[in-house]
Amino acid sequence: MNDLPQQLANGLLLGALYGLIAIGYTMVYGIVQLINFAHGEIFMIGGFGALTAYLWLPDGTSLLLALPLMILMAMACSVLVAMGAERFAYRPLRNAPRLAPLITAIGLSIALQQAIWAFYPDATKSRPFPEFDGGRLDLGAFAIGRGDLFLLIAAPVCMIGLGFFVSKTRTGRAMQATSQDPDTAKLMGINTDRIIVTAFAIGAAFAAIAAIAHGLKYGEVNFKMGFIAGLKAFTAAVLGGIGNIYGAMIGGLVLGLAEAMATAYIENIPGMSQLGGGAWKDVWAFVLLILVLLLRPQGLLGQRVADRA
Amino acid sequence: MRHRSLLIITTAVTAGALTLSACGSRDDSSGSSDGGGTTTVTIGLDAPLTGDLSALGQGIKNSVDLAIKTANKNKEVPGVTFKLEALDDVAQAATGQQNATKLVGDTSVIGVVGPLNSDVGQSMQKVFDDANVVLVSPANTNPELTQGKDWQSGKKVRGFKTYFRTATTDAIQGPYAAQYMYNERKLKKVYVIDDKKTYGAGLAATFSNEFTKLGGQVVGTDHINPDDKDFSAVASKVAQAKPDFVYYGGEYPAGAPLSSQIKNAGAKVPTIGGDALFSAEYIKLAKQNSEGDLASSVGAPLETLDTAKKFIADYEAGGYKDAYEAYGGYSYDSAWAIIQAVKAVVEKNDGKLPENKDARKQITEAMQTVTFDGVSGKVGFDEFGDTTNKQLSLYEVKGGKHVPVKSGEFGG
Repeated sequence: MNDLPQQLANGLLLGALYGLIAIGYTMVYGIVQLINFAHGEIFMIGGFGALTAYLWLPDGTSLLLALPLMILMAMACSVLVAMGAERFAYRPLRNAPRLAPLITAIGLSIALQQAIWAFYPDATKSRPFPEFDGGRLDLGAFAIGRGDLFLLIAAPVCMIGLGFFVSKTRTGRAMQATSQDPDTAKLMGINTDRIIVTAFAIGAAFAAIAAIAHGLKYGEVNFKMGFIAGLKAFTAAVLGGIGNIYGAMIGGLVLGLAEAMATAYIENIPGMSQLGGGAWKDVWAFVLLILVLLLRPQGLLGQRVADRA
Repeated sequence: MRHRSLLIITTAVTAGALTLSACGSRDDSSGSSDGGGTTTVTIGLDAPLTGDLSALGQGIKNSVDLAIKTANKNKEVPGVTFKLEALDDVAQAATGQQNATKLVGDTSVIGVVGPLNSDVGQSMQKVFDDANVVLVSPANTNPELTQGKDWQSGKKVRGFKTYFRTATTDAIQGPYAAQYMYNERKLKKVYVIDDKKTYGAGLAATFSNEFTKLGGQVVGTDHINPDDKDFSAVASKVAQAKPDFVYYGGEYPAGAPLSSQIKNAGAKVPTIGGDALFSAEYIKLAKQNSEGDLASSVGAPLETLDTAKKFIADYEAGGYKDAYEAYGGYSYDSAWAIIQAVKAVVEKNDGKLPENKDARKQITEAMQTVTFDGVSGKVGFDEFGDTTNKQLSLYEVKGGKHVPVKSGEFGG
């Protein structure tokens, strides 16, 4: 067990990544009760946006200097695609039965994935993503990669920023109001259409940040990276209580930790050696999800709300 | 109203899905005789032409294309023109099987080169065997495909008479790497990881067997999910176990980040794997962390073979966008073997190719005795359909390139 600090760090970093993506699922669900399955692809497009920005810059530009531009470009791509999806795919179905936008989201996800595959140069295989030079940063009990630093700074900053935005600003409070009761919010003069677009945009911006963190951490982006990451982030959102932004982050961290712990230690339990290791981590992660949902159907931080079907 | 809009959407989605899937299938144009008295036959090809493994797949396709063009240009088989039908299996067994069904349904197809992945090969064998169409893989290395599932206990049974391969099997590829690491590198402790696929798990098992037999120690094993990108937990476990090196049974899309993350986790030890790590993409993805990593591959390095010089020159002259990669030479030889079998059949039948069903049957029989000097050396098949060429090589990443470090026949 003496690599415990290291495994905790691995799990928390992975979890922070899941959490950033999960924000997008949870915000959209909180306001329009739609599970935006295309969100994984919004994340993937952010990664390709950042890569494009990097490739535009002259060779040899320091990654640190390029990073602000990459962030802007990633956010621009993700937010534009998300807003476009909201405007053209989801808004026309706002009053349709809930199954319709759900199927649309799945279709949109496939379409976006294939569009990148077909039209982005050389995207049929993994594209290398720039990484910071230099080895690991040794922090005593554990070490983290240089690329992880970005995630380590970005995730808390984004979360605190979002928390502040939602609780303190006018738009943020309008968002809470819309989520609690869209009809009354509208009667009170809140432009709910604008609030919904804002929710999509914020989720997409977070996904863009996550995409850059993913690129810096793993050194590549590819057209199908949104699928697994999106699925895991959705799981994290449900685990934490879908609709609750803090729940999304907590859910992400718990999921990441569960995966790391399952990989590292399950096989040390006597009699469980066949059920441990990297091959079984997803099984344990979902066992955890089932247990949490059995005991707390609303998720870790979710509130028991009446179903607004 | 609500129900109507749901209906419209569902219809639209279904129609869209159908249109998309229809895009995948092309017309089954059966090319038979054209006016000038020559017969056109099709050599099929199945490989991952898109997706993570497309670097290897495109190399296979281009090399087969080159073989067909060369045969047509030199009139290798008088009266017969060859044509290529390339299908993409995206490295999925299910897609591979659909492609197989499509290829055998096309009556002009007399032989197929492919696939890349052993599990895809497994799903295709029976389809081709039932239709009597030869399938020659340049890259399948799992021994089960030719020698049956009990090959390790010595009960070798050939399951499919139409399946051949120009690639050497893992039965010797894994042990070859084990002997090199133990005897020449003097490394005694290994951590073995695989991706649970037919190829990866098979390779890791043959490696571990030989390595422990030699006296080496397997300090840990793990399995990963090849679609993942985060292997940090596994990497930390490897660092904790302090092995002398890591053996990875799997392909480069997961192998490269795995090797990179193992080094980042503090275990500065080389990762070694099979022919599916022998790709320039591996180095591109793992960047400087790939330095010192090794890969075994089938055959001698093409660049050192006299027979391959012409292939390399022709390939460059052909202006293909992608490199021929690990399997280029074997793919060329696979296609050439089919062409030679067709030639033998044509010669036997007074210069004409018999009717479709007969042609397929006779080509399968002729395949068994085909021998020629190919790109990768002497090409021929033993009683299981395995290549008689047992040459293997090891490559190490030095200065951002795979450099051959050892080459030879596997000595038991």
